[in-house]
Amino acid sequence: MSKLTPVLSANWDEADSFTIEGYKRNGGYNAVAKALTMEPDAVISMIKDSGLRGRGGAGFPTGSKWGFIPQGDNKEHYLVVNADESEPGTCKDMPLLLANPHVLIEGIIIGSYAIRANHAFIYLRGEVVHVYRRVQQAIEDAYKAGLLGKNIGGKGFDLELTLHAGAGAYICGEETALLDSLEGFRGQPRLRPPFPAIAGLYAKPTVVNNVESIASVPAIINNGIEWFQAMGTEKSKGFTLYSLSGHVNNPGQFEAPLGITLRELLELAGGVRTGHKLKFWTPGGSSTPMFTDEHLDTPLDYEGVSAAGSMLGTKALQIFDETTCVLRATLRWTEFYKHESCGKCTPCREGTWWLVQMLQDLEDGKGSEADLAKLLDLCDNIAGRSFCALADGAVAPIISSLKYFRDEYLAHQRNGGCPFDPIASTLFKTVGA
Amino acid sequence: MTPEQALLETQVAVEMITVVIDGFEVTVPKGTLVIRAAEKLGIQIPRFCDHPLLEPEGACRQCLVDIEINGRAFPKPQASCTIPVENNMIVKTQLTSPVAEKAQAGIMEFLLINHPLDCPVCDKGGECPLQNQAMSTGRPESRFEGVKRTFEKPIAISSQVLLDRERCVLCARCTRFSEQIAGDPFITLNERGALQQVGIYEEDPFESYYSGNTVQICPVGALTGTSYRFRARPFDLVSVDSACEHCASGCAMRTDIRRGKTLRRLAGDDSSVNEEWNCDKGRWAFKYLTSRERVTSPMIRGEDGELHEASWPEAIAFAASGLKGKQAGVLVGGRATVEDAYGYSKFARVALGTNDIDFRSRPHSDEETSFLSSIALGLKTTYKDIDKADQVVLLGFEPEEESPIVFLRIYKQLRKRDLRVISDAPVASRGSIKLKANLISDINEISGLTSKSVILVGERLAEKVGALTNVVNLVEKSGAKLAWIPRRAGERGALASGAISTLLPGGRPVSDASARVDVAAAWSVDSLPTNTGRSTSEILHALIVNNLDAVVIGGVDPLDISSNALSQLLNSFVVSLEITHSSVTAVADVVLPVAAVIEKSGSFQDWQGSTRSFNKAVEDSLSRSDVRILSMLADEMGTPINLPTVAATAREIAALGNWDGKEITFEETSETKSVITEGKMNLTSWRLLLDLGTLQDGEANLAGTARKASARISKARAEKLRVSDGEVILISSDLGSLKLPVEVSEMSDEQIWVPRNSIDSQVIANLGFVSGQVTVVKA
Repeated sequence: MSKLTPVLSANWDEADSFTIEGYKRNGGYNAVAKALTMEPDAVISMIKDSGLRGRGGAGFPTGSKWGFIPQGDNKEHYLVVNADESEPGTCKDMPLLLANPHVLIEGIIIGSYAIRANHAFIYLRGEVVHVYRRVQQAIEDAYKAGLLGKNIGGKGFDLELTLHAGAGAYICGEETALLDSLEGFRGQPRLRPPFPAIAGLYAKPTVVNNVESIASVPAIINNGIEWFQAMGTEKSKGFTLYSLSGHVNNPGQFEAPLGITLRELLELAGGVRTGHKLKFWTPGGSSTPMFTDEHLDTPLDYEGVSAAGSMLGTKALQIFDETTCVLRATLRWTEFYKHESCGKCTPCREGTWWLVQMLQDLEDGKGSEADLAKLLDLCDNIAGRSFCALADGAVAPIISSLKYFRDEYLAHQRNGGCPFDPIASTLFKTVGA
Repeated sequence: MTPEQALLETQVAVEMITVVIDGFEVTVPKGTLVIRAAEKLGIQIPRFCDHPLLEPEGACRQCLVDIEINGRAFPKPQASCTIPVENNMIVKTQLTSPVAEKAQAGIMEFLLINHPLDCPVCDKGGECPLQNQAMSTGRPESRFEGVKRTFEKPIAISSQVLLDRERCVLCARCTRFSEQIAGDPFITLNERGALQQVGIYEEDPFESYYSGNTVQICPVGALTGTSYRFRARPFDLVSVDSACEHCASGCAMRTDIRRGKTLRRLAGDDSSVNEEWNCDKGRWAFKYLTSRERVTSPMIRGEDGELHEASWPEAIAFAASGLKGKQAGVLVGGRATVEDAYGYSKFARVALGTNDIDFRSRPHSDEETSFLSSIALGLKTTYKDIDKADQVVLLGFEPEEESPIVFLRIYKQLRKRDLRVISDAPVASRGSIKLKANLISDINEISGLTSKSVILVGERLAEKVGALTNVVNLVEKSGAKLAWIPRRAGERGALASGAISTLLPGGRPVSDASARVDVAAAWSVDSLPTNTGRSTSEILHALIVNNLDAVVIGGVDPLDISSNALSQLLNSFVVSLEITHSSVTAVADVVLPVAAVIEKSGSFQDWQGSTRSFNKAVEDSLSRSDVRILSMLADEMGTPINLPTVAATAREIAALGNWDGKEITFEETSETKSVITEGKMNLTSWRLLLDLGTLQDGEANLAGTARKASARISKARAEKLRVSDGEVILISSDLGSLKLPVEVSEMSDEQIWVPRNSIDSQVIANLGFVSGQVTVVKA
């Protein structure tokens, strides 16, 4: 039967899934009660042993991150949840927060308890006001229910939770830029070391976790390590949210064990747009090198995707069928990165400025084959040379599209322009499709 | 401070680390950055954002190198300006790593795509790190065929600093300097991506006293000084090491000359004094040199009452005849070099036969005279003591206004560690806010002084009766270090040269017969005068009551002393040695033009007592040093002082040496607490760094960043006067009044503070004193 393993999304179809009552009816906040009876270090060990890895893109083991916080240092500790979801194609945290904000709050309480933090922050993408309101309400309700504030559950644990709306800069998804922004400064990545675990928010030991990572914690506490490890693959344990978008019949979030393949996911999502065939797709948002139909059976876990030359990223699978001009899609993404480059370091700031102009010329059919070598050389001068990973992401679609679709780039030159009808790729237009 | 300096200064064992860079071993203190360690080997890694005195930024990525530690190589090239050395580290720079070489070339290419090719008209062209490193690291031809970003240009981020945004490589040196060194975060990076730019807050222009340093450390031509913009090409300039003539901080300077004209002055390097910084006054206030008011020829007042140009022999003869055999005094201003002050000192004793000489062209007291004659010259406190201080006490002293490099030094320590700063100011200046100074109203509030504490006393403490006595006692009790920091560059040297009634050169007491014999022998004269000399105010008073007939004045503005000083001069024979026409030359009988610092050699003594010598920057100047003119004058009077050149003077000073005999003892003065009369307020003032000082004449761009004058009063007082911020009040004394807008501040209700010599607020001229009781009403 279905390969889906709905945990976070199990009750999304209930009318009141986002309320505290709805959440509690389905066993919500039981994990907090359980965790608060455990030693904080035991909570950290449990998450470490479960094999839960960061769901924000990098896949760093969550429990290890918690373990980096120096204990007994007489300093404030902070837990900061990165809800600045803004990677093109990524749409898992926002639906999760809209449908089930309390699971995040429960995870935050447990995580804060584990790392001995008495103040946690949610850094939320500012544009999604409806999510902001819903999370705000959920926090209010949690305070009223005694789940936040002083002496939670009568166990002597205090926790304040602050919701902060970002101002819409992609760079603020980078954890140190996020911390700068949260402190009230302009969001630009910080020099590391010191790492946030030593000097993060207000120069205090800080854990920064993705929404989904923290939201996965209550289920692990409730159901145990074995239950969690029964899902997923050898090194990528558990369930996760895959977001399918683009040329797919039933786009949306699909919660499944790590290691599922696109072929399986496409079956669940009703297949590629009827009458069309898969051309290329991103495994984890636009910053991850694209795949083609030859990767339909690549296991979508951290190792599988990496072995195939990309990254699992945010598991944002953007599906493009054969009507899409890969060069045009790449240009759009590059424009995004140019717009979002914070400007701090040279390769990202100047490189994206240049890449957009080159790609625009290539899309317009100008240039020669030599320009493709130049384009790749520029990417080589950007990748791994920048201050943070933004620029690495910026060149990923260019390098990978050139790898798989070099001839399509050349076709633009032969054709004196783009050989595709841009309208054909739109979902609202059927003429010419 | 670099780790190497830290090693020198603390003298504690610092762990040393050996790394291999391009196959060569180098051993450096732990914490040294890779880029610095490479410098030690003579390996220059290209860089833009890196600056040894600023915190690492890692923004430009120009200094990428390959690094491996314990056999494990970093997967990507690393910014050598952000990574400290580690044991078993192997570094490969562009010289040995093709990856690093390509990475650097790639970054350079990126930096240039949005940089205009306007080097031929850019001020920086010829001395530009971008230009130089584009030659060493860049490719001969750009592969960029696209559109460069453009901006409106230039924009003034202050009246003295202009910004050409398209030239900017966004290294953040200027913003980091302003925040980390000056504590004036008035510029910041705005916008993002390639449109990122340096900007100011709309309402707050870049009014930092240190803004010129951002121009100097800008690695491209993005920031330029308004007054130098388009004036010269660096390769047409001749650079001369110099010293700053403005304050007693003692900055090393560089003066750039083209065809005999000073085009620009820059901060010189001296790690023990100004590091690599200076203030805007030192950098830009040199236009007085070429002012139209410059005295270019000797002048004699004719029978018609007007000054007429005269030949040197004529003027010297006229001056000599006016002085010879007369009761005359000498007033020396704060611009005098050590050698000039020595000349005045010797001239007074030998040619005029008097001890009536004083270098203090400012309020002073007998208590101060005693302090200066007995204690000041023996003080050994230095910048290094500030570096190590556990507490800094500021008495009658506003470092940012009166000795800006001292401020930078305290601020540097404050940023690094816990440092307590205490000030006796009645209201917090911008400087003391930055220093988080604790304001006290009574010296007894100072506590916890140790031998590591530093007490910095300004010249203004002389204005408070008994205050210096209290300080001397406090130092005796606590063992704290004491320094006397006068405002002007020349004062400490003038004191050491005996340009004061009580002392002969080298700190020899006039009152000591053996000291007089010593000096008389060295000067080949029979004896030296033994009269009790007068101070500046006493000399001026003596002139009006006809106890003195004549006066020789060098570099003094009498309005700095009292409002009626000029009228006191009217009936006397006045010989004025001046750079530019002034209120003194207006009443002088003879005016003798003298050289400014740039046109002569000489030296100053900074507040530490260190000698800051300089050579003349302008070679063919016809202007002469004061000492040379005094020597001619003394010859003409038949009482030669034999100081024909600055060099000869310096030799004589060195040969004479310092006094090692019995010192004068400090005479205590007891404190008198002033009681404020009903209905009056107690006014205090100090000079702002940028004000109406004559050496700032002619530099409108600099004046544009001077702080606007306002009267600071407490909230309760403002309410009582029914005024709010910005509204004008009338401040009156028996002698006059002035009107100023109010700035409501946290301070005692009885106190009012105004700037001493700013536009709309010249307290000596307007009120007749620098501090005292005034009546204040809403204007």
